[in-house]
Amino acid sequence: MKFGIVRFPGSCDDVDALLAAERVGDATMLWHADRDLHGVDAVIVPGGFSYGDYLRAGAIARFAPVMEEVAEFARTGSLVLGICNGFQVLCEAGLLPGALLPNVSLRFVCRQVDLDVERAGTPFTRACEPDRPLSIPVKHTTGRYYAPEPDLDALEAAGQVLLRYAPGQNPNGSARDIAGVCNRAGNVFGLMPHPEHAVDPLTGSADGLSIFESMRAQVGDRIPA
Amino acid sequence: MRHRELGLTDAEYALIVEKLGREPGGVELAMFSLMWSEHCAYKHSKKLLRRLPTEGPHVLLGPGENAGVVDVGGGMAVAFKVESHNHPSAVEPFQGAATGVGGILRDVFAVGARPIAVLDSLRFGEPATSERSRFLLERAVAGIGHYGNSIGVATVGGEIYFESSYEQNCLINAMCLGLAPRDRLIRSAAAGPGNVLVLIGALTGRDGIGGASVLASAELGEGDDAKRPSVQIGDPFAEKKLLECSLELLDRKLLVSLQDLGAAGLTSSSAEMASKGEVGLDIDVGHVPLREPGMESFEIMISESQERMLCVVEPAQLEQVLAVCERWETLATPIGEVTAGPYLRVLRDGAVEAEIPVPALVDDCPLYDLEPAPPAQPLYESPPALLSGGETQRELLLALLASANIASRRPVFEQYDCIVQSRTVRRPEEADAAVLALADGAIAVSIDGNGRRVAGDPRRGAAEAVYECAANLACVGAEPLGLTNCLNFGNPEKPHVAWQLTEAVEGLAQACEALGVPVVGGNVSLYNEAPTGPIFPTPVVGMVGRLPDPAGAAPLGFVRAGDAIAIVGTFAPALACSELAKLRGQAPAGPLPPLDADAARATHAAVREAVRSGALASAHDIAEGGLLVALAESCLAGGLGATIALPSAGADADLFGEAPGRAFIVSGPEDALRAALPDAIVIGRVGGEALELSAAEVHVQAALSELRAARDGGLVKFA
Repeated sequence: MKFGIVRFPGSCDDVDALLAAERVGDATMLWHADRDLHGVDAVIVPGGFSYGDYLRAGAIARFAPVMEEVAEFARTGSLVLGICNGFQVLCEAGLLPGALLPNVSLRFVCRQVDLDVERAGTPFTRACEPDRPLSIPVKHTTGRYYAPEPDLDALEAAGQVLLRYAPGQNPNGSARDIAGVCNRAGNVFGLMPHPEHAVDPLTGSADGLSIFESMRAQVGDRIPA
Repeated sequence: MRHRELGLTDAEYALIVEKLGREPGGVELAMFSLMWSEHCAYKHSKKLLRRLPTEGPHVLLGPGENAGVVDVGGGMAVAFKVESHNHPSAVEPFQGAATGVGGILRDVFAVGARPIAVLDSLRFGEPATSERSRFLLERAVAGIGHYGNSIGVATVGGEIYFESSYEQNCLINAMCLGLAPRDRLIRSAAAGPGNVLVLIGALTGRDGIGGASVLASAELGEGDDAKRPSVQIGDPFAEKKLLECSLELLDRKLLVSLQDLGAAGLTSSSAEMASKGEVGLDIDVGHVPLREPGMESFEIMISESQERMLCVVEPAQLEQVLAVCERWETLATPIGEVTAGPYLRVLRDGAVEAEIPVPALVDDCPLYDLEPAPPAQPLYESPPALLSGGETQRELLLALLASANIASRRPVFEQYDCIVQSRTVRRPEEADAAVLALADGAIAVSIDGNGRRVAGDPRRGAAEAVYECAANLACVGAEPLGLTNCLNFGNPEKPHVAWQLTEAVEGLAQACEALGVPVVGGNVSLYNEAPTGPIFPTPVVGMVGRLPDPAGAAPLGFVRAGDAIAIVGTFAPALACSELAKLRGQAPAGPLPPLDADAARATHAAVREAVRSGALASAHDIAEGGLLVALAESCLAGGLGATIALPSAGADADLFGEAPGRAFIVSGPEDALRAALPDAIVIGRVGGEALELSAAEVHVQAALSELRAARDGGLVKFA
């Protein structure tokens, strides 16, 4: 099982994502200008400030050559995880529904939050224990999840909301406390919290590992070892 | 007289003419005015700074390089430095603070280290009464976050004080730590005549023209809005690419030397490189990529455009260097070459526009002796009294916890990414020092400097900053390796400021010697003075230490109900210069309590060893607000109450007096605690939902919820 981590100019949590993925499998960096995913089994679009977040968070990165390959990879049903800036990029690329708006506070916020697993058993949450919240940090300025009300209803009805901020812990004003959503097919997932920064109790929590473990298990089912 | 407008005295100008053997040309005069400014030449502080000890067993690079470097074992080195960006921030706080972070990051990766952490030391006027200070606080914090967060370097700690003396001159000091394999370290000395000088990074524009002389070397006054063009504009995205590009160039061993462009831009960086390498340099400013047309040669040479580095490359490696830079979408342009010396020559289209012997620029600036004299009367006015005098000690405790200087810093540090790069083991307000895990062991870092105490007693106050940093490190089980300092003072040409500076440096030197901690680098910021007077003398100390096991770093909060609580160390606090004295409307006045160096050093070692042995559950030094505030902080951080029986009268000085750097509050299982620290005095026990203290004459009780409300509410209304 090999993860590929996309590296844009301005990616900051790329190495963190690589180290987290390496705890459950192999991992390699994918260069933004390279139209080749080098045979990886799953792609992670990491956090940071791709292209300085100039124009709008994620708006430039979605045009990077590597993103054409990521979009094709997603269309074939392979797993794509977007974390924070990666979530913004995937929304800009149309691979995920909705958009991320500036936090209600209009400020960057870095905070450990509890997340309720709305749906366990998906490709990204199958290693999570149902009814056990995940303690994972957020750190962003533009993390307020938004979609029109009818779209939110549709997302909820289709079971695309996988993670919510625990009651009272919404750090950014996201609609319906949504912290992470997947696409209709369930193979592309984006979240604002940083599971790669919750993989070791020494640095605060190991609850984020279950996201990476879920992906490994899912890929393992698809591709017999 | 043009040289006076540029900040040079008539005598200095005469010396320039003597050194050149002729009148300087326009480009030359601009270059001299910057290189001979206080900011670049340290002409009022250099002699004093020689007093500071700079050698130690762990030092790999000392003062004079872009950053100091210490050996942390396992083949790894840590580079660190603190630097001020005070005057730009007073004019434009967002960009001033942002580029302060950007500048200190470049200093660290210029020696080959990857920046892994930033800390900030900030000073503003009183937020309750000064709208300007609230504005500066909000924008400076936003600027620091903008740069540090965007570039992916964790901001892991810092400190903020509010005092009216900083009303006009806020202080923005930023410290950066970087990590490098020892064999990637690089010096800035240019070498090898015939080698190519390559400018990497951003375009050169008109921003920051003359920043070093205009802003950093004169007092602020009326009309400062007109200085705004002297403030540089930061682009963290450009710096992120520059950082990755520079480290890749070094990993591939493609560079002979590397230097960042900071104050005085190309002039200072090229002169320093040439001076250290005892070579000359030819620079053709016609090759420098410009952001706007029509720039004069002198403007190109002194521009302080950000996100630029200068490196020396062997001709055979040039092609590879340019290819690496292109991959990182970073501009790289050969702009000159190394010569045998001794001249720094500036050319444009073949014409020589400046030709200055390098030693004249770098070494020959006159150094001035200070003329220190203690002030005849107090320098600082009494602050307004916020307490009437009739308060109970419980009310005093709550007032102190809610004061802007002691209240929780959460509203500020939540705006900083403290976890990127996955090394942060102790986050802000979790322990007395930030702790960063390395592949082998960990490092701890702390930054401190209470200007009010230095105002009252410059020598002991400055020494206390060193002791407090070392105490912070001891709490997490770390042993100091080295320190960096930033000396923020008023106008040194005034005798009372010269006296503050002289006394403070002596205090720092004595403390460094007593604790065996060398100074590996630093910065001096003078002329922090408004028409109303100088700032509190503010030496800021940043100290780095090493610990064997990050998991063993003690938190500051109590951990288990039932644990014993003890005081360790010589604890004889006084109210002089304390936070309580300030709230009572008293001007800072010494003397501060004596510092017994041997006792403090022994206490620090005992706490450090006790933490490492696992005998302690928590450790916290007793600092601002005194014993009762320290106890409240340990309660709140752990979410546990405490019951204390103090073996003293319980006078205000016992509960709220201050003597930082000398004593600690620790907790742990009683038997283990007593075995590890036989001299500790057990004063109580962890548990319950309140902090309850009894002494011979007093009884103080406050619920955790009350303590939390006071402490959490103190700063949030301003930040």
